[in-house]
Amino acid sequence: MKTTIRTDHEARAAAPAAAESPMIEIRGLCKQFGAFQALNSIDLVIPKGTVFGFVGPNGAGKSTTMSILATLLAPTSGTAKVGGCDVTRHPKQVRKLIGYMPDFFGVYDQFKATEYLHFYGASYGIPKAERARLIPQLLELVNLTDKKDAYVDTLSRGMKQRLCLARCLVHDPELLILDEPASGLDPRARIEMREILKELKSMGKTIVISSHILPELAEMVDEIGVIEHGRMVAKGNVQEIQSRMRVKRILQIRLAGREEEAEQYLGGRPFVNRILRDGRGVHVHFDGHDEEQSELLHGLIEQGFRIISFSEAQTNLEDVFLEITKGDGEGE
Amino acid sequence: MKGTNGCADKWRSRLINPVLGKEFTLRMRTVRSMWALFFYLLAIGLLALGYLYVTRMSSSGANAFNPDESRIMFIFISFVQLGLIAFMAPGLTAGVISGEREKQTLNLLLTTQQSSASIVISKLVSSLSFMALITLATMPVYSIVFLFGGISPGQLGMVFLFYWFTMLALGSFGILFSTLFKRTMLAVIVAYGITLFLFGGTAFLYLIVSQIMEEMTRSSGGAPGDFGWIGHLLALNPGAALYSLFDPEMTRWVFRMNMGSGGSLSTGQPALQLWQEFLIIYSILIIAAVLTAIRSVRPRLNKKSKRA
Ligand SMILES: Nc1ncnc2c1ncn2[C@@H]1O[C@H](COP(=O)(O)OP(=O)(O)OP(=O)(O)O)[C@@H](O)[C@H]1O
Ligand SMILES: [Mg+2]
Repeated sequence: MKTTIRTDHEARAAAPAAAESPMIEIRGLCKQFGAFQALNSIDLVIPKGTVFGFVGPNGAGKSTTMSILATLLAPTSGTAKVGGCDVTRHPKQVRKLIGYMPDFFGVYDQFKATEYLHFYGASYGIPKAERARLIPQLLELVNLTDKKDAYVDTLSRGMKQRLCLARCLVHDPELLILDEPASGLDPRARIEMREILKELKSMGKTIVISSHILPELAEMVDEIGVIEHGRMVAKGNVQEIQSRMRVKRILQIRLAGREEEAEQYLGGRPFVNRILRDGRGVHVHFDGHDEEQSELLHGLIEQGFRIISFSEAQTNLEDVFLEITKGDGEGE
Repeated sequence: MKGTNGCADKWRSRLINPVLGKEFTLRMRTVRSMWALFFYLLAIGLLALGYLYVTRMSSSGANAFNPDESRIMFIFISFVQLGLIAFMAPGLTAGVISGEREKQTLNLLLTTQQSSASIVISKLVSSLSFMALITLATMPVYSIVFLFGGISPGQLGMVFLFYWFTMLALGSFGILFSTLFKRTMLAVIVAYGITLFLFGGTAFLYLIVSQIMEEMTRSSGGAPGDFGWIGHLLALNPGAALYSLFDPEMTRWVFRMNMGSGGSLSTGQPALQLWQEFLIIYSILIIAAVLTAIRSVRPRLNKKSKRA
């Protein structure tokens, strides 16, 4: 199922001559609602073609940042540029470049799926003939071809979400801003959504996607930013983080007796951070690489400890990520 | 062939922009619109028939309906229709923007290439077209009047133009409140409140102020001062303006309160008929309301560049 979406209408040609400028450039962005500081000096640069994951707890400011990028909210101070265009000065240009999917959205119930897409296509100034060619492709991309004549209010939530994603794509935007596109979807629909996003990524689109859940994002994004209380607390390249995560591991060791002794011995070894002991064995927070890990095991055996098992535990991505990137977000 | 097709397409898209097309389609697909049309016609039909029945009963025996009576009936129906419009226009327009905000479709619309002006004006035009359709559907009721004479088609045309203008005014106020207030409920209440004030409040104020002024001139004992200015209060009243369309004397009566003391009207003519003043005042208000609505659909983004 390989679908290519090309629009050769004027949107491309009219795009500002800013091939070198990053897709998104946010500098010192602040947003205040009354006395409440929703965004506190956010800095963020996202190059073209990147898939950027925006993570943070409820109320952190993800949707606020995205609304500002989508020209729906005026920042209190700071600047935000999309494709080199300032969102407050050239909102119309910016709107041409982005496909925005809000966290909550409604649909016009009385429209059929195809009509719905026709309406938004027309609203972006795409000629009718081109829409007629494009819309079946979009429906195909989001797996809604068999629902093309269904009224929108008969679609399930996941289908509406996918229809909205297709809607974001009608004008072939370079940047997709997706605010929790997978919220409210069942696991299967989440996987489908992820597949669609991968396909969009392969088309070369820049994607900004938000979620509460880091592991869900980690496997499909290139970069991750963590936002809390309106501040960017951490930011980094996912691959880098993952390779550093492989360094940071928790070892689970089960011994046939002499556990206390083993704990003492391990405490004195290099690269060992912390040791915990419970009924299931000894847990060692270990900073070393594979080399050092085998050294550790070798040492244990040499000391005559009788080992039942020696294994790496699943690490908590969130914890590790936050620990590794602590402070990276600031001043970058 | 492709060329002509594209050309027609271009013209169509220039006349019917996407938002307008969408509004038309969606409005005609809702059952509510059907019911609105039905009840409107039912109301005006019943009132017209009721009027006929009552007058026939009172003019005992006389079977014929003379032109004078038919003229009065025309005026009666016209006021009924104006009342129905006042009832319908705020309800149809006060929800058009806030309704989309509440249904969470507004943000999607605002991120498209549609300008604020095209969004607001399309929504206004679509509501007005629907109202125009409803009022046109009442034409058969007027045929009763035509049957008996006393009214020229020109007068009927004037009345309908007046209706459409009034709809435009009430509709643009409705849209303004719909953009200013986040909640449809509030927008609807304020829109009806304003309409009530324009119809009832201005007339009431006029009566009160004219009473007070009359008291004052009487107690001062001298010649009655000219307080014709209070007539401008009634120039805000669509009902009074409509009546001045039927009866030009109305304007003089409204502006020359001092007739009461002398018992006769002074000979001067008012500069403008009441309905003309109404047109001027409301044209300004309509433009102001629509412009304000256009400015407030989207958040003001470029305040910084203005300061610079
Ligand atoms: N229009 C508004 N008026 C006042 N406060 C607001 C407004 N919009 C957002 N906020 C506040 O700004 C903060 C950030 O909200 P935002 O919606 O950006 O969070 P979020 O990261 O998207 O959270 P979630 O994960 O729940 O979607 C919240 O504390 C919220 O209460
Ligand atoms: Mg949110």
